[in-house]
Amino acid sequence: MSYPTDRKYTKEHEWITPDGTIGITQYAQESLGDIVFVDLPKAGTEITAGKTFGTVESVKAVSDLYAPASGTVTEANGELATSPEKVNKDAHGSWMVKIKLKDPSELNGLLSAADYEKFAGEEAGH
Amino acid sequence: MRKTSLNAVHRALGAKMVEFSGWDMPVEYPSSIGCGIVAEHMAVRTGVGVFDVSHMGDIRLSGPGALDAVQNISMNDASRLAVGQAQYSALLYPQGTFVDDVIVHRLGEDDYLLVINAGTREKDFNWVRDNTRQFKCRVEHVSDDFTQIAVQGPKAVNLLQKLTDADLSAVKFYWVTRGTVCGLHEILIARTGYTAEDGFEIYIPSDEVTSARVWNDILTAGKEFGAIPCGLGARNTLRLEGKLPLYGHEISDIINVWEAGLDRFCKMEKPEFIGRAALEKVRAEGIRKTLVGLEMVERGIARDGYKVLDDGGREVGYVTSGSPAPFLKKNIALAYVPQAHAAIGSTVKVEIRGQGVGAQVVPTPFYKRPRKA
Repeated sequence: MSYPTDRKYTKEHEWITPDGTIGITQYAQESLGDIVFVDLPKAGTEITAGKTFGTVESVKAVSDLYAPASGTVTEANGELATSPEKVNKDAHGSWMVKIKLKDPSELNGLLSAADYEKFAGEEAGH
Repeated sequence: MRKTSLNAVHRALGAKMVEFSGWDMPVEYPSSIGCGIVAEHMAVRTGVGVFDVSHMGDIRLSGPGALDAVQNISMNDASRLAVGQAQYSALLYPQGTFVDDVIVHRLGEDDYLLVINAGTREKDFNWVRDNTRQFKCRVEHVSDDFTQIAVQGPKAVNLLQKLTDADLSAVKFYWVTRGTVCGLHEILIARTGYTAEDGFEIYIPSDEVTSARVWNDILTAGKEFGAIPCGLGARNTLRLEGKLPLYGHEISDIINVWEAGLDRFCKMEKPEFIGRAALEKVRAEGIRKTLVGLEMVERGIARDGYKVLDDGGREVGYVTSGSPAPFLKKNIALAYVPQAHAAIGSTVKVEIRGQGVGAQVVPTPFYKRPRKA
């Protein structure tokens, strides 16, 4: 698996693009299994880096979504309410929310594609 | 952590492994081989799926006092069993609550096999041994002798018939037979399962080589029926759709038979058994809470342990098992609620992340397999 280099990653397995589009990683969708429910904040909601902003559920498990950066939600991907399985099919193409970044420099502290791939590989090895 | 003899086989298949009651077990197999909880669940409902259930325990009672011993420790009436027949039953504490639920198989004239849960193996064995001392019967813990493989689904009979000389069409649901399976003689074949579907459970020698060979032979023979390996994830969603209880969830040492709604497996008119007196008393006093089926009517998934609220937001009960139901395509749950909220059609709320989400009491089992025409 190669991770797209146009974005940054977190150790909680989210990705974020420089314009503030957020999703979960291929590794995350694989670990979750069949995704059946995605709960996302409405436009206008303030989210804070490192804090939970939503939930994704597989048949078996409930997982929190952690904000990679702070900002205001401009749009939530409504398609995932009816077709959450799209995240399994294309994790890096299925965004969850778009935010207006409060401080774009926050992204500098996140993982590059190569660093994340290494990190996820170590997690999987446990 | 304990491992079944098929552990290496699961790992080679790329299964996602989890700890379950002290056992390292596959929860689901990878999507790259057509698996995943939903696919595995659907395979069992529409075709056939294959499970390693060797973590289940086995206790054998034999000898002239075996029937009396089984009668003393279990709530169903084992005297009704013909040789080759099995029944769902439970071991009870004197308070009428559950030591465990079991399947009692009558293998011979004075020969009974109790199949018990993985998490309660030692507790169950000690309980059975300590409460059968007064009877002329041998009690053996034979769990480690067997690899137990469950072949489940409407095509299970077609699959297994390819591998055995036993006439499976003559074996009714909850009956057992013996036959040659994959070249192994005198193998116990039971038409039982934990999926609310037709199916078989076979008990083969537990050495790794034999276990792996039979597992692979079953999957190979099952290719034409779409057989896939299935993990504990699908096992749980399948049993939930069928309202089959899980120890530690719907039944436990603080839940009694009446609350769990297992009345039809508890034969109060049979000779004395442990728990009977307390159950008489509890029944006379009235049942306070009862197990109901819930279907979410608003967006949300109830999970094990979530609170059940009344319309006013007051806590009235709790969810014992909750999940999306892959075949029914609904979000369902089993929950304990007071009698006042137990009627079919009653509306309640399930507290999900601090919010009350609407649910309705519905008839159970949620899923009942279609009878053959």
